[in-house]
Amino acid sequence: MCFDRATLAYGDRVVWSELSMTVTPGEFLAVLGPNGSGKTSLLRALLGLVSLSSGSLEVLGEPPRRGNPAIGYIPQHAGFERDVPLRGRDLVGLGVDGHRWGFGRLSRADRARVGAALEAVAAGPFADAPIGRLSGGEQQRLRIAQALVGNPRLLLCDEPLASLDMRYQQEITELIGGWAREHRGTVVFVTHDVNPVLGFADRVVFVVNGRWAAGKTDEVLTSQTMSSLYDAPVEVLRVRGRIVVVGEGSGAGFDIDEPHHFPEPAGAHQ
Amino acid sequence: MIGQLVHLLPYEFVQNALIAGVIVAFVAGLVSRFVVARNMSFAVHALAEVGFTGSAGFILIGLSPVLGLLTGSLLVAVFIGALGLRIRERDAVVGVVMGFGLGLGVLFITLYSRYATEAFAILFGAITAVSRGDLILLAVVAAITLVGLGIMYRPLTFATVDPAVAEARGVPVRLVSILFLLLLAAAVAEAVQVVGVLLILTLLITPGATAERLTAQPGLATAVSIGVALLATVGGILLALVTTVPVSFYVTTIAFVCYLAARLGAPALERLRGVPTAS
Repeated sequence: MCFDRATLAYGDRVVWSELSMTVTPGEFLAVLGPNGSGKTSLLRALLGLVSLSSGSLEVLGEPPRRGNPAIGYIPQHAGFERDVPLRGRDLVGLGVDGHRWGFGRLSRADRARVGAALEAVAAGPFADAPIGRLSGGEQQRLRIAQALVGNPRLLLCDEPLASLDMRYQQEITELIGGWAREHRGTVVFVTHDVNPVLGFADRVVFVVNGRWAAGKTDEVLTSQTMSSLYDAPVEVLRVRGRIVVVGEGSGAGFDIDEPHHFPEPAGAHQ
Repeated sequence: MIGQLVHLLPYEFVQNALIAGVIVAFVAGLVSRFVVARNMSFAVHALAEVGFTGSAGFILIGLSPVLGLLTGSLLVAVFIGALGLRIRERDAVVGVVMGFGLGLGVLFITLYSRYATEAFAILFGAITAVSRGDLILLAVVAAITLVGLGIMYRPLTFATVDPAVAEARGVPVRLVSILFLLLLAAAVAEAVQVVGVLLILTLLITPGATAERLTAQPGLATAVSIGVALLATVGGILLALVTTVPVSFYVTTIAFVCYLAARLGAPALERLRGVPTAS
């Protein structure tokens, strides 16, 4: 995966500019930044859903294209409605053939693949229950099975941990990181909190206000780099193995409920 | 009562009504699943009411009211599709288009007050007045709808329950939404023949809503939905034949009873299957 001076703008709002970065196969890249800083747009560009304004981008050795079967995608966790007539098994099945036209049943081989994908995330026991009744962590495990059932080489995750509690956050991260190690798969993991992925991320890219910085976690998440990105004094603290980013602009400076949110840049557009 | 029915069955109008009922119910039951899953009840209402305007307009210029109905609802589908596909917008767009459409309908009826019976038939349905010609038109529209739904069944299902991943996997979500609206317009124009504009919700929403209560298995839910639509329509027609109460009353009542039974019976069914109820 290779960004070369890639710029994305909607009208005159530049999301990120001149982004250059290469991710080699098997790498785990964490995409960080405050809300609305263009992290999701980065995934949409990789999926071929938005076009760059300038520069170039290669995904798995080719220009991005819609529906590339070598890419798996895990969306932000938004709970399914309680009564949606769908079981986990059906959700994973849609990952196999949902994009195909026509009316069709899964072949025996495809059903076996669905079964194996469900086993791989230990979702067997609740695979046949209505999906709307499952917990957030269970639903998200099914999402992982859905993304992995097509044997992708690249896995794109858009805030897969949002609104999950700590236990599930760890469980989901370990499933994704474990897959990457076992299959030498590449992962792009969008998250507003770097801490759950600290043990897995080979590299991070931090996006804010159209600017970006990429490199090893320890190189990017420093007070110096972050201050120049935000163009304001920002402090990066390491507390008990966790990383906390504190900016002057972030109100009380420490939000007890979500201590690991990145500060909003001055003049940020939501 | 049974004897009376047997006596009536050889009549052509009775046969036509039953055949039309089966065709309409089958299409409506299938489409209903997606209407409910996509939160499109209000759109169904608008498609039907502006369909009424279309048929009033066509009566005015001396053309077939059924074709007018189809034209009216297809036009609304195009408008809704072009103006608002996001759920937030869609609600308002549907309301805006429906309001104007109904206004036009009022104008058409005022301009042509003589044939109020035809307008009445469109509002409340007139299945026993279906001719062999209507039947052929119905069958053709039904075939188009079924083939269309068959072609887009999987991507439509994917885009309905899981739009974010569907888009990422290459499903043309926007195109699928517009195509479904057009098919829905055709299905509405069909169902109007049986229950009329005002009671359309009975055939296009109640079966799907009933099915959702009873099973989480998509294929089975579709079968249940079609079953409920068939039961209500055919049952309604048969009951209306032997009494003096109109078809629409029986169809709506049977559908409503099915829904109530499903709501009341669902918890017991879930306990039987051991579905987790916590949420």
